[in-house]
Amino acid sequence: MQPLLTIQGPEAALFWILAPLSVAAALGMLLVKKAVHSALLLAWVMITLAIFYIAQGAAFLGVVQVIVYTGAVMMLFLFILMLVGVDSSDSLTETITGLRPIAITAAVGLGGLLVSLLGRATLGREPVGLEAANASGNVEGLAALLFSTYVFPFEVVSALLITAALGAMVLAHHQRTNPRPSQREQAINRFRSGSLAGAAGLPGPGVFARHNAVDVPALLPDGTPAPSSISATLKARGNVLDSGQFQLDNVDTTVVEEK
Amino acid sequence: MNNATLLLDDPGWIITLKALIVFVVCVFLTIMSVWGERRIVARMQMRVGPNRVGKFGLIQALADGVKLALKEDLIPAAADKVVFIIAPIISATAAFMAFAVMPLTGPVNFFGEETVMQLTDLPVGVLYVLAIASVGVYGIVLAGWSSGSTYPLLGGLRSSAQVISYEIAMGLSLVAVFIYSGSMSTSAIVQAQQDTWWYGLVLFPSFVIYAISMVGETNRAPFDLAEAEGELVGGFHTEYSSLKFALFFLAEYVNIIAVSALATTLFLGGYHAIPGLGFTEQWLGGWFTLIWFFIKVLFFFFIFVWLRGTLPRLRYDQFMQFGWKVLIPVSLLWILVVATLRIISTTSQSRVVTFGFAGVVVLVVLGISTAFENSKNKRTSVVHPEPAAPDFAVPSLPSEITTINVSQQGGDRG
Repeated sequence: MQPLLTIQGPEAALFWILAPLSVAAALGMLLVKKAVHSALLLAWVMITLAIFYIAQGAAFLGVVQVIVYTGAVMMLFLFILMLVGVDSSDSLTETITGLRPIAITAAVGLGGLLVSLLGRATLGREPVGLEAANASGNVEGLAALLFSTYVFPFEVVSALLITAALGAMVLAHHQRTNPRPSQREQAINRFRSGSLAGAAGLPGPGVFARHNAVDVPALLPDGTPAPSSISATLKARGNVLDSGQFQLDNVDTTVVEEK
Repeated sequence: MNNATLLLDDPGWIITLKALIVFVVCVFLTIMSVWGERRIVARMQMRVGPNRVGKFGLIQALADGVKLALKEDLIPAAADKVVFIIAPIISATAAFMAFAVMPLTGPVNFFGEETVMQLTDLPVGVLYVLAIASVGVYGIVLAGWSSGSTYPLLGGLRSSAQVISYEIAMGLSLVAVFIYSGSMSTSAIVQAQQDTWWYGLVLFPSFVIYAISMVGETNRAPFDLAEAEGELVGGFHTEYSSLKFALFFLAEYVNIIAVSALATTLFLGGYHAIPGLGFTEQWLGGWFTLIWFFIKVLFFFFIFVWLRGTLPRLRYDQFMQFGWKVLIPVSLLWILVVATLRIISTTSQSRVVTFGFAGVVVLVVLGISTAFENSKNKRTSVVHPEPAAPDFAVPSLPSEITTINVSQQGGDRG
């Protein structure tokens, strides 16, 4: 029996460095608690896969793998993760009993199926036809196949993807009942409303020269606090200080004369 | 003999040396371009700029770098430590890697070995640069997330949305180049431009779209919404200090140089001389092409600085609208036109069909732009009612002034 796989030199070194890292990252992806870490490890697994593709002569596949999966898909995934739960960790309690054994059985079954299929297809067989397929260049060969023999499935898949993207947009999109006023319209409205008092913007918070934090209402010329100078959010939270304590009347203003 | 075959017989030590040279050149260019940017921007703002450290302030950036490295390195308590440390490393590494496929010179004699100054020549070289750029964004996004505070998170999210959007426009602008050159390898594209004109002229719309999206891709003004010091403090790098911040700084400038180098390669004929000066390529045993290459790269760098000195930052929604509603549809239509023209010119003998098609395209574009103008005019011609007079004293409007005190000479307004 001839040797099953012959990889030598740099490719072997690459394989023996990256393969353990890749497997470790794949395991880590399952075992780490934070969802963002898990996503990161998945991205790393994809990058190592891309490097393997490139090392095996499929430069186009490798690069596209990085652009599409690592670049766009994983980035969107991270995006959502960060928005939904910045620090959320997985809960390890089983909510529905009996789910865990079923999941493990399914995972082992699928893994076994993949290993046996790929093994039967590759182990002990010499790859043939690579030279012929790449005769006019890897990308050109791929393009010729995609846009002639497989053009129908290719178009169907792209139509499916576009439908899915549009569907997601329609589902996530919420219709405004009235159009959002633009910056220009807001400015015009300020000037055209009954009073010009707020035309130049609302007063800023803080008591001049005494306390300029955002949680202190400004003082009007007559000494009363101006409620419009404080953000509505702070008011709702109750995080507003009384500006009376910073009034000039209540603090010691006697100036020591320098002699 | 093309670049790929020239590179094949490079011994290991030449490859190592080239990798080292690429690294050193990038770092050197970063230091010099920081100085150059500050001087140019200063000039545009009627200032002098750094002129104390060294002749013309030349080593100011180096001094700043040393100062940066000696600063205290802080990691916030709320930060995710591992990711916080990895993020700047990803950013800087990816920035350098893009340079591996740039052909910097034509065939030259390098320590007795006939080669070209290009680390490697992939058949999908340009796509490789796009791929590396998309990995580089991870650095920014992760920095934003791992800092554990609000502004960096917002900056990171903005950056990811920005880069995903502008990468589409960038990728589409490159398609026309691929169609015309028949290759995705950087060296083959440079070679293909020698046979025709530079693609910056032939495919001018692609060039413009690429130039805009490369500014968006590198997070530079007026598209620097991920940093946006006016609204997000420093964006993704708010919590970074010392060497980790320096890495982001380095990555930003290396990225600028890298996208400029790609623009040079794809649209301005790469390392070749400008048409008419082809004889200069033989000077210094072919090394003069390196000078041509960097002249073009620095031209793009100057444009970057010019933009920064001229334009205010875009509002975020305007920026996204511009990317999705203008750049992407325009580049899709342009690809359609380019592909059709290409098919016509390769299949039919007569030029009449080509010119006929071009004429139809021009007519359609004119029609669309006229329709746009009309609808715009309609929108702006709405008459607003006059506001009621305010209930406090205001100065009289210029139209209400009937008498005006003017000097003896120009009294034509009465």
